[in-house]
Amino acid sequence: MKVLVPVKRVADYNIKVRPKSDGSGVELANVKMSMNPFDEIAVEEAVRLKEAGVATEVVAVSCGSAACQETLRTALAMGADRAILVETDVELQSLAVAKLVKVVAEKEGAQLVICGKQAIDDDANQTAQMLAALLDWGQATYASKVVVADGNVEVTREVDGGLETVRLALPAVVSADLRLNEPRYATLPNIMKAKKKPLDTLKAAEFGVDVSPRVQTLSVYTPPERKGGIKVGSVAELVQKLKDEARVL
Amino acid sequence: MKSLIIAEQTGGQLSPMTGNLVAAASKIGGEIDLLLVGASGVAAAAESARAFPGVTRVLTSESAEYAGFTAENIAPLVVRLAGNGYTHVLAIASAAGKNLLPRVAALLDVGMVSEIVEVVDVDTFVRPIYAGSLLAKVRCAERVRVLSVRATAFPAVAAGDSAAPIEVVAPSGERGKSKVIGQQLAQSTRPELTAARIIVSGGRGLGSAENFAGTIEPLADTLNAAVGASRAAVDSGYVSNELQVGQTGKIVAPELYVAVGISGAIQHLAGMKDSKVIVAINKDEEAPIFQIADYGLVGDLFQLVPELSRAIASA
Ligand SMILES: Cc1cc2nc3c(=O)[nH]c(=O)nc-3n(C[C@H](O)[C@H](O)[C@H](O)COP(=O)(O)OP(=O)(O)OC[C@H]3O[C@@H](n4cnc5c(N)ncnc54)[C@H](O)[C@@H]3O)c2cc1C
Ligand SMILES: Nc1ncnc2c1ncn2[C@@H]1O[C@H](COP(=O)(O)O)[C@@H](O)[C@H]1O
Repeated sequence: MKVLVPVKRVADYNIKVRPKSDGSGVELANVKMSMNPFDEIAVEEAVRLKEAGVATEVVAVSCGSAACQETLRTALAMGADRAILVETDVELQSLAVAKLVKVVAEKEGAQLVICGKQAIDDDANQTAQMLAALLDWGQATYASKVVVADGNVEVTREVDGGLETVRLALPAVVSADLRLNEPRYATLPNIMKAKKKPLDTLKAAEFGVDVSPRVQTLSVYTPPERKGGIKVGSVAELVQKLKDEARVL
Repeated sequence: MKSLIIAEQTGGQLSPMTGNLVAAASKIGGEIDLLLVGASGVAAAAESARAFPGVTRVLTSESAEYAGFTAENIAPLVVRLAGNGYTHVLAIASAAGKNLLPRVAALLDVGMVSEIVEVVDVDTFVRPIYAGSLLAKVRCAERVRVLSVRATAFPAVAAGDSAAPIEVVAPSGERGKSKVIGQQLAQSTRPELTAARIIVSGGRGLGSAENFAGTIEPLADTLNAAVGASRAAVDSGYVSNELQVGQTGKIVAPELYVAVGISGAIQHLAGMKDSKVIVAINKDEEAPIFQIADYGLVGDLFQLVPELSRAIASA
């Protein structure tokens, strides 16, 4: 079984990003970029499936500029076997990514695609579901446990009321939530080895799909800052403030 | 304008966020049709749904394939209905709504806008990005605008005494792609996190599940509050996942949010910074949570929280 893992290059989760000075977008010049944290979890899960003898090959795919090669190398260092860059300088939204990854999934004959649940830059939480729709496959989002057996995948999902287990026939799309696993760090020897693993570049323009942005960003701005309050000296003072000043008790 | 809003129900009980969904659709204007699907209970939920002012029609479809609210089975129905001239399709950005809507959008071949917090006009919406540290004003001029709605940003419309007509629509059939085979849903007598007036949340500072239960719950009892948690508290097994507040957990905006032993990482703030009043209790006076707290109390939570419970109980 071949597993495909789409990985996105995003601003590192520790970075506080700012709007561009003209408010037209997000300032990403000189910002530290990393693999989307949920995608690290997805790669880890795929690599574990391979280590358990369930998956035969793990292929990482990233759509975007040439800089995404760095993200793919991280996936390779974590244990992916091969990587594919679908290169374009067009700003890609979830629907476009889903269309591109669909082509790759079909060409590769992938039986399982494990996405991250959401990219922490646009917080869209769309690509996995869109990809499943376009492929006409089942989808199991927000996975905290994945078990593959007998041509099915059983996925425990984090839902609003607790947990839910779904069974999907393969092929299927899964999206990884935070508690699916603890992704490993790429060790130095594995980073060295990853340099020799195959990384192919395909041109998005040659895929014959419409990747133009469907949603236009008019402006990006900082939300009104919440002004800090005061420190109270005691529990008694806190209770008094909550009653008389904030009037919430 | 004509909106199709997809409401959620369990066992005939309409989701409490339906009023927020109606509020968001009302901002768009025009007709609002409310869709209810399920394997059972749909008729009872429709009786509650028809009472919302602004709802033009209630569409219902009750069929076995809607058990578990699986997107694979519901999306084709929504896509079929969307062909009837709907300009907007909306659902709450709940786990179920977020799971369903992108599948609908892709089948319609339209881009989608997630978690809107403001309707500027029929094509223009505001949504948080980067864990809420920025807001983006976006324009979506697709023929159908598919939108998930952040409930806390749209104060709920209350059900009134209107009685919108109820129409039964034919189900779309079992797609055979997925099946819910088990559920572990939390049983709690506390108010639901996303609907609570007061929330007491605990973080890693609690140190263990026993401490969490022994410290946070008595305060929540005293305040008749819901219990929330940081990711660290959930990951460490102090409480279960549905209590996580934040970028990837629940988004809440209660009147009072008490953060106990929580440092205030941006991913946590993303889920609670719109609360009306924030109280933080932390032994580290430099903790970032104090930058957004209205009232900060510096000290050992194991001493302060029981003291606070007693003070409130006797006040
Ligand atoms: C992609 C991604 C998504 C995330 N999503 C979320 C999310 O949805 N929600 C979320 O919460 N986090 C999320 N996180 C994690 C987030 O970055 C933080 O790691 C997390 O919020 C920290 O939880 P905490 O404040 O409980 O723990 P810590 O940061 O460890 O803070 C514990 C606090 O307790 C205090 N403390 C300790 N002992 C005591 C005591 N005896 N008395 C008083 N105070 C004490 C300490 O001073 C400290 O400030 C996410 C992270 C990533 C990368
Ligand atoms: N440009 C991209 N290249 C590869 N995978 C992506 C890309 N964008 C999104 N994804 C995948 O889709 C998931 C969800 O992204 P989103 O829908 O943007 O929140 C991510 O966690 C990735 O697994």
